[in-house]
Amino acid sequence: MEFQTTSWLLTCLIFAPMAAMVLIGLLAALGPLLKLPRPAVDHGSRVLALLGAAVTLVLTAIVWLGFDSSMPRLAEMQGYPHLQFVQHAVWIQAFNIEYFVGVDGLSITMVMLTALISFIAVLASLPWGIPKDDHKHFSRRGVPGYMALIMLLESAMLGVFCSMDFFLFYVFWELMLLPMYFLIGIWGGPRREYAAIKFFLYTLAGSVLMLLAMIGLYYASDETRLIDGSYAAHTFDMVKLAVENDFSSMALVSPKLVWLGLFIAFAIKIPMFPFHTWLPDAHVEAPTPISVILAGILLKMGTYGILRVNYTILPDETIWARYGIAVFGVINIVYAAFVCMAQRDLKKLIAYSSVSHMGFVLLGMAALTDPGINGAVYQMWNHGIISPALFLIAGVIYDRAHHRRIDGFGGLARTVPEYTGLVGLAFMASLGLPGLNGFISEALCFIGAFSVFTVLTIVAASGVIITAAYYLWTMQRMFLGPLNEQYKDLTDVNWRERLTLYPLMALMIVLGFYPMPILDLMKDSLHELVAPLARAAGM
Amino acid sequence: MLETNLLWLIPGLPLLGAVLSGLLGKPLQRRFGKKAISAVSVLLPWASFGVAAWCFIQLPEGGSLHDRLWTWIAIGPLEVDLAFAMDPLSAMMALAVSLVGSLIHVYSIGYMADDEGYWRYFSFLNLFMFSMLLLVLGDNLLLMFVGWEGVGLCSYLLIGFWYRDLVNARAGMKAFVVNRIGDFGFLVGLLLLFWSLGGEWMDGAYRVNGGAFSLNFRDLPDLVAAAADKQLWGVPVLTLAGIFLFIGACGKSAQIPLYVWLPDAMAGPTPVSALIHAATMVTAGVYMVARMNFLYVHSPTAMTVVALVGAVTALFAATIGVFQYDIKKVLAYSTVSQLGYMFIGVGVGAFWAGSYHLLTHAFFKACLFLCAGSVIMAMHHEQDMRKMGGLGKTMPITRWTYWYACVAISGFPIASGFFSKDEILFQAYNAGSLMVPGWIIWLLGFVAAGLTAFYMWRSYFMTFTGPAVSVGGHEPQEQRPVITVVLGALAVGAFAMSFIGIPALWLDSPPQLEHFLAPVFSAAEGLERVFAPGAGHGVEWGLMGASIGIALLGLAFAWWLYRGRKSELPARLMAAMPRAHKLVYNKYYVDEIYDTTAVRGFLGLSRLSGWFDSKVIDGLVNLCGAAARGFAWIDGAIDRYAVDGAVNGLAWLVTRAGGKLRRVQTGRLTTYLAGLVAGVLIFVILTRFLLDVYA
Repeated sequence: MEFQTTSWLLTCLIFAPMAAMVLIGLLAALGPLLKLPRPAVDHGSRVLALLGAAVTLVLTAIVWLGFDSSMPRLAEMQGYPHLQFVQHAVWIQAFNIEYFVGVDGLSITMVMLTALISFIAVLASLPWGIPKDDHKHFSRRGVPGYMALIMLLESAMLGVFCSMDFFLFYVFWELMLLPMYFLIGIWGGPRREYAAIKFFLYTLAGSVLMLLAMIGLYYASDETRLIDGSYAAHTFDMVKLAVENDFSSMALVSPKLVWLGLFIAFAIKIPMFPFHTWLPDAHVEAPTPISVILAGILLKMGTYGILRVNYTILPDETIWARYGIAVFGVINIVYAAFVCMAQRDLKKLIAYSSVSHMGFVLLGMAALTDPGINGAVYQMWNHGIISPALFLIAGVIYDRAHHRRIDGFGGLARTVPEYTGLVGLAFMASLGLPGLNGFISEALCFIGAFSVFTVLTIVAASGVIITAAYYLWTMQRMFLGPLNEQYKDLTDVNWRERLTLYPLMALMIVLGFYPMPILDLMKDSLHELVAPLARAAGM
Repeated sequence: MLETNLLWLIPGLPLLGAVLSGLLGKPLQRRFGKKAISAVSVLLPWASFGVAAWCFIQLPEGGSLHDRLWTWIAIGPLEVDLAFAMDPLSAMMALAVSLVGSLIHVYSIGYMADDEGYWRYFSFLNLFMFSMLLLVLGDNLLLMFVGWEGVGLCSYLLIGFWYRDLVNARAGMKAFVVNRIGDFGFLVGLLLLFWSLGGEWMDGAYRVNGGAFSLNFRDLPDLVAAAADKQLWGVPVLTLAGIFLFIGACGKSAQIPLYVWLPDAMAGPTPVSALIHAATMVTAGVYMVARMNFLYVHSPTAMTVVALVGAVTALFAATIGVFQYDIKKVLAYSTVSQLGYMFIGVGVGAFWAGSYHLLTHAFFKACLFLCAGSVIMAMHHEQDMRKMGGLGKTMPITRWTYWYACVAISGFPIASGFFSKDEILFQAYNAGSLMVPGWIIWLLGFVAAGLTAFYMWRSYFMTFTGPAVSVGGHEPQEQRPVITVVLGALAVGAFAMSFIGIPALWLDSPPQLEHFLAPVFSAAEGLERVFAPGAGHGVEWGLMGASIGIALLGLAFAWWLYRGRKSELPARLMAAMPRAHKLVYNKYYVDEIYDTTAVRGFLGLSRLSGWFDSKVIDGLVNLCGAAARGFAWIDGAIDRYAVDGAVNGLAWLVTRAGGKLRRVQTGRLTTYLAGLVAGVLIFVILTRFLLDVYA
């Protein structure tokens, strides 16, 4: 089966932020030559980054409007979700590497999330509202470099979600690592170097596994033809790897080992217990907008990768491993929730809550049922809305109080009522209050998983109690009770913070009562993705 | 079934009020005063009541109204609409909730008049009305769950309304978390139910993608009936689902073992206690069981659990109520106890009787709480009954409405409480479908009825009779009309509710409410009678007489011990049995037991997890890092001499890079740019080069 080029739109979308990066680079290089003052260059790069993110957002909207979620399945396409906005060309002939991008219902959901959250992250990187004398604030240090790196990061993330060629996927995957490393390592908090290196090495270790697995799959794949008709002994084409190849009898290594390699690489990103400890450190040290991107988008790459690669290319091994996935999902949910209770740092608590909530995705996807997998991907989306809001919230208080110790506040509701309301809403969404978006995805995960993993699902459902406990306890310690006099002059949220927070808050409410725009987008593709596995598993 | 497009307005209007006063309330209040808030937030619930009444009039005989907004969730076999339905049961609930709720909104105008958080209060109260009406009118279980947790949230917000006092904040949190334990049960029940309904069974394995889930209350009875034989872990799945759903009801409706939050919830403003923690929210569990009657009739086990827990709670809470001195605490334990009665009703299969008691209780208990609120205001926020007395002279309206509500709750046949409670007790005695003989349930309820009469009249005598007290130098005064009118209205309601439940024993026709609700509870007619064949009229008369007798006994005791506050007897009696008194006075130390076991254990486990995560898991990671660095150092040492300046091992390199980066961070843009370009170049060259070599 072949997907022919139908559109340039995705390419424009992926490289729009990179174009902004180049422009920022030019500005930064020419600025001193043209004797531009430094603030002018800083402002210019901010505007350029904002433009780059905005253009990407507009292009994403165009793709969204043009995306036909119910595109009828073609007979020969069976077993793979239908790709749209495809661009397909030979890239490196010698290794049968193609430039192959396209989106199905799963990808487009993630692309939309990426464009939205990146835009919000750029907004959150503006120094608007930060005291003028706070020169050390991340939004005032090395602005062109920072903005350029964010743009590079956005391109890489979009690339990962659009790539349908495994090699291209890998290139974007690695490309994402570099800007993230620098963004944490340079603009981060006091222990930024430790955190950045930990993040970098951990992910890199996963990447090595992925690289090996990828090469293994490549050499085990059958001969085929590239898009230009030329002969290829092997292929990186993920659609072909999935549909035309059967890896159940691989010569070199056991396919289960390949599956595990890929899975661990992705599991580190999710992050799945026991590979999760890089996340709290990275979050605590990263500046707010980087935490936003990290929690909102980067974590989704892990689960996206499992669905895109493990599920389609190695379905038999996925069926073999699904109990394991579910067990680790439940460990994530319950264990991380307990760890949350024990945290003293607000940002660390939110980081662990991310670990907990990503567990739902694992549980839902392992069930191989329609409600389960839709719940899983919708949970990815919802977590991508809620956790950025939570990190923005942590940023608000850190910018004012310069610390994040939960016990170090008290009674703040009196001085910052609007902020308190926003925190309350985000906490409620995160603890899965029905009527807000998080509930729908959690409920779908439970409904989907219950028929397959009855006891595990009941254990997982007990997580709702712990989650409520740690959020409400945090709420109580920070905002209720007698006012901590030290913070009686705290200022409420400013307009920059409103601009970043209110859109997310609105989405939490709207998508709680009207989730179908997102669910409709993905459900047919996800059915295509999971139905062959469910059939093979005898469900 | 009749389609309409009005039902959404019933929850929608209070929601509008909540949004308006939530978002604009603060500036509105500052600019136009509290009247502006009242105009929005008090009138909209009344409008909601008006719509509910209009829909009630249009309700077809024995049928229902239906209003579909949009598809909420549609995934594979699961299809859930955002839709509302009104059948006789939800019509009764919607009317009661919106009427009592609106009255309490009016009362709140007076009660909260001096509070600067007026707008916030009304926003929360409106939001509560929205959630509660959503719970009642939601067309399917999942939507009901939205309302179910929504009322829990509002309860949290309103208990902790005066959040500056940490005690209130803690009480709110306790309520929410204990409710969440219940909600966990509800969720599992929900999952069990879906699971038993959807799909099909083949070769002992469950096929999920075949069948269709429907969660509409209309479709559920048939689907549930079809699932009656299914088992899980050797237990009928409907029994499991029924019991787990009931755990949810225990949380929301404050039954053993999850009742502990309700007495603490009295920390909220008194109108909130009246509306949420007496009249409406706490009855949601009873409503849910009544709503799911078609499920429970399939499982005698689950019904027995419901009835027994209800009966034990009724008695248990009543004993605690006897020794409380805080007037609101007395009423709180009385609520727990009365909710127990309702569960007896629905548990023995007399779903209409349980619902009827829910309705009558909404009026007389709201009346009691609001009277208490009136007293508390007059006493300048003093709640201890030992410091009250003689208020009857200066507060006549409060006194007589409280008196009438006491008549109703203790079960004298001139008020609605008598009819509803007696029907429950008779049905319990008569119950033949349970795993235990009905008379056991009856006996528990019967004893509790005597205690109820005693502690209610005790509170009445302690508060309103005896020598007058003075507060701040002058006598406590009657409240403004905005408050007393509401008290009167609720007392009238408590009287009027009698007429719809007069038993067939007195008239020749069955009670009107029973007839009205019959279509909803048609499944209950099929209940098998395992034990008694059903008692006759003679027994019913006899039980009725016994009920009145024990209520009189309770009243007489209270009169004897507390009337006029003259007697020394109570103190002497307590002194005679110090241990027993202490045990009951301290509420059997249940809170303390929970604290030392569940709460401590939970916190301990979380601390252990935190320690394990940072020391063991992360410790291992750091150990790996250290090992790699050590290895890299050795490797580097070798390399430095062997291959000068060659690749020194990744860990070492990156560690160094971190150090270098500090110098890179010069703020000079050109440096960054150069670095970036160089990086990309190196990447491209390396990949090209490596690939060529590899090929």
